[in-house]
Amino acid sequence: MEMHETEQQHRVFNSFSANALTCIRNDVVLFSGLGFRLDCGEVLQIQGPNGSGKTSLLRILCGLALPDDGAILWNEKNIYDHRQDYFKEMSYIGHVNGIKMELTALENLTIAGALAVTNQSISLPDILEKMGLAEHENTPARKLSSGQRRRLALARLLITDTRLWILDEPLTSLDDYGRQLMRDMITAHAAGNGITVLATHDLVDIQRHKITMINL
Amino acid sequence: MQMFHNSTSTVLIAVLKRDLVIGLRHRSELFNPLVFFFIVVTMFVLALGPYETTLRQVAPAVIWVAALLASTLSLDMMFHSDLDDGSLEQFLLSPHPLIIIVVAKILAHWLLTAAPLIVAALFLGLMVYLPQTAIMPLLLTLLLGTPVLSLVGAVLAALTVGLRGSGILLTLLILPLYIPVLIFSVATVDNAAKGLAITGELYFLGAILVLAATLAPLATTSSLRIRLG
Repeated sequence: MEMHETEQQHRVFNSFSANALTCIRNDVVLFSGLGFRLDCGEVLQIQGPNGSGKTSLLRILCGLALPDDGAILWNEKNIYDHRQDYFKEMSYIGHVNGIKMELTALENLTIAGALAVTNQSISLPDILEKMGLAEHENTPARKLSSGQRRRLALARLLITDTRLWILDEPLTSLDDYGRQLMRDMITAHAAGNGITVLATHDLVDIQRHKITMINL
Repeated sequence: MQMFHNSTSTVLIAVLKRDLVIGLRHRSELFNPLVFFFIVVTMFVLALGPYETTLRQVAPAVIWVAALLASTLSLDMMFHSDLDDGSLEQFLLSPHPLIIIVVAKILAHWLLTAAPLIVAALFLGLMVYLPQTAIMPLLLTLLLGTPVLSLVGAVLAALTVGLRGSGILLTLLILPLYIPVLIFSVATVDNAAKGLAITGELYFLGAILVLAATLAPLATTSSLRIRLG
């Protein structure tokens, strides 16, 4: 991913932190007093058994859900007070792909691009090619395999130049090639001083970058 | 690195186009409310008998009630599939104002569901002996009234999205809210058929539309945030 290496010098310092987060679902405390601080180029991996609140935590971190207590700061500013600014810098890929089955791969990326602040230096067909979907440009998402749909969802990360990636089980249904592709993308993102938060059961072996672990 | 921030109108058009394309690729969902509309009106005609005087009297009411029922059928799908496939999350996390996306979705819903309904209503009007003088007023009431249905419907569709049994709940909640539109629309067509003035009723319908267009997108936006939060 050469694109991230050239942009390094243009970037200001970013930080992402959470203070004393508490999440209660159905009268059960999923986590409390959870906090971390991530700086440029760092990766946070969240682990835990099913139902331990990984997805809840990620939804809180990306601003979709409110924590029962605590605050989340992007560049030392509360994300709820600076919602639009935060959304310009953050990409979230949930465990559902957020793609429309009726639309083709390219149409899905086009709408995602319209909704985001797009990165003009890379064209949508190029992104599809990078994700190994070159020959499926005009295939309706309905006809793609689940692994290919996952790749299409992850392709959204390349449309934008967001500094913070929040990924919920990004490796689900990916084959070995796809997994390696995803690891390379996270490595390149970290090398370009981006911050990644991901929930996954697999160990992500990304060399040369600081990985923080949280076990829920 | 050149970054490109889309203008609001670009976002509006992109979402509108997306929903229209999806709608047109899902033809059955488009046609079902229309078929339902035809069937309901036909049943009234069968039940009341082929008497011109009777049908002429009830024609405005029959057409409007059938149109209301038909339009509630498609409401449930407005946000449902977007919630299921995660598109709604992406809408909420977009740096663009959610209200723009909501307005585009409401507009797409109206174009996909109400526009065919309006054309069908004019034909059905002839079937139930609606006088020639009332056809134009019927068209006017449909043009003013059906956007209100999409707008108000969007608020409740957003409030009930993802709830179990949301379909029937939505219908029960929405029909009472359609009463003002029903009253003024039927009164307009009735008066037109009798050769009376209709401007007063049309002004009321126009005012309801302005009110709905102003407030409904805001309420829909907040409802979506509440449902997903």
